[in-house]
Amino acid sequence: MTAALALGDDALVLSHRLGEWAGHAPVLEEEVALANIALDLLGQARVLLSLAGDEDELAYLREERAFRNVQLVEQPNGDFAHTIARQLYFSTYQELLYEELARGDGPFAPLAAKAVKEVAYHRDHAEQWTLRLGDGTEESHQRMRRALDALWRFTGELFEPVEGCEVEWSALHGAWLSRVTAVLTRATLSLPEGPWRGAWAAGAGRQGIHTEPFGPMLAQMQHLHRSHPGAAW
Amino acid sequence: MTTTAADAGAGAYEAVFDAALAADERIEPRDWMPDDYRASLVRQIAQHAHSEIIGMQPEANWISRAPSLRRKAILMAKVQDEAGHGLYLYSAAETLGTSRDELLDKLHSGRQKYSSIFNYPTLTWADVGAIGWLVDGAAITNQVPLCRCSYGPYARAMVRICKEESFHQRQGYELLLALSRGTEAQHAMAQDAVDRWWWPSLMMFGPPDDASAHSAQSMAWKIKRHSNDELRQRFVDICVPQAESLGLTLPDPDLKWNEERGHHDFGPIDWDEFGEVLRGNGPCNTQRISQRRRAHEEGAWVREAAAAYAAKHGEARA
Repeated sequence: MTAALALGDDALVLSHRLGEWAGHAPVLEEEVALANIALDLLGQARVLLSLAGDEDELAYLREERAFRNVQLVEQPNGDFAHTIARQLYFSTYQELLYEELARGDGPFAPLAAKAVKEVAYHRDHAEQWTLRLGDGTEESHQRMRRALDALWRFTGELFEPVEGCEVEWSALHGAWLSRVTAVLTRATLSLPEGPWRGAWAAGAGRQGIHTEPFGPMLAQMQHLHRSHPGAAW
Repeated sequence: MTTTAADAGAGAYEAVFDAALAADERIEPRDWMPDDYRASLVRQIAQHAHSEIIGMQPEANWISRAPSLRRKAILMAKVQDEAGHGLYLYSAAETLGTSRDELLDKLHSGRQKYSSIFNYPTLTWADVGAIGWLVDGAAITNQVPLCRCSYGPYARAMVRICKEESFHQRQGYELLLALSRGTEAQHAMAQDAVDRWWWPSLMMFGPPDDASAHSAQSMAWKIKRHSNDELRQRFVDICVPQAESLGLTLPDPDLKWNEERGHHDFGPIDWDEFGEVLRGNGPCNTQRISQRRRAHEEGAWVREAAAAYAAKHGEARA
């Protein structure tokens, strides 16, 4: 099932990236918040991957080319502003998408109805930090702007149709643009300029074409499981 | 406890405090307390909070490599709980008139300590299980009596923390059990982890009673309820049957049941190693503190941004 893999991989990979923050966050409250978001996403990933097969087989035994996540979620954490920009772009998208899926009667409706409550919290967290970083100090403003710019080219891929999701993708994109614009405006920032999709980036992750940081991430994630074939944990 | 000595001299305050302790009443933040009692609690609660925060590192070391999604979720939840415990404990310490910033500064500059156990490295996945079973087990043995500690905010924090810690401890045990009953390589991994964590866990109870600087006073103040050696003995007695049911051995040739004492005898602890770890010369002391300092320093601009935003928008500082 293509959609279960696509949405499951998005959640799995972003959860992994957020898990890398443990012990490194700028303030203790963010240790709790980032781990909390990572856990929610991991929970979603487990449900979605289980719809597609065995969760551990899918997470630990597929190679890079078989993962269907968007490239945005595999981008390294960078500084806190990069993590927040990635989270703002993604959770705004995920909330809109899950709202749509929850309204429908497709196979993801029950999951989406539960997950959208978690995702609304993730989006709020990302927005609150976007406001603080954008409208905080000169340095935080610059860092937030750089992060938004750097990740902008990975946003177009979010709106490539996913087989099995009955969603109006162009309407979703319109709604996403207006929500993100509104937050950035309040944060004294503006929508990045430059291409939001390219011949290479748009839709590539969904087809198993990933960026270079993804391979090392998977190597770390999978190495122990792969070192003990057939073992139960 | 209520202060009924408002107009009396210092001696009367002290008498009210002593009477409250004698009656097993709780001392609350606005009550009068001896300066040494306050200082001793700040030292102990801060060290406890720091241990939760530094203790995230050895386990977080395995989040990215956890071998199944279920185990990964459990580990993430545990590390998140530890950050939460740190927050409770810093709040409890703040009721005594210090601040989290001040305490973190003392941790970063080495003026306050954290538990010696977190200076040992997590070298395999089984170490995550050994930490849950042994390290959290030792922590619970130490902390359950603190739920009756004379200082109210600390005692109440411990009630909440102990509930979550016992859950972690059972998960650690269950992780080791899965390994012990797994493949030969998994069993060996579990045994190796227990071999490396057993003695450091026994050291968590602190120096022997005849060498413990703070014990007598802490017991008189009802901050502590049992001596280091009593708690250590209780822990050994609990662990021996658990190790048996795990199908793992404890690395102590002198460990045996003593019918006369009704307890297990166990071999001598390497107090030289303990001393070295406390002096900063354990395997990971430098690494642990550097990572904590780096997280704090690299996060400075984020905290400054939040403060600047709050000032502009009239919020209370986070």
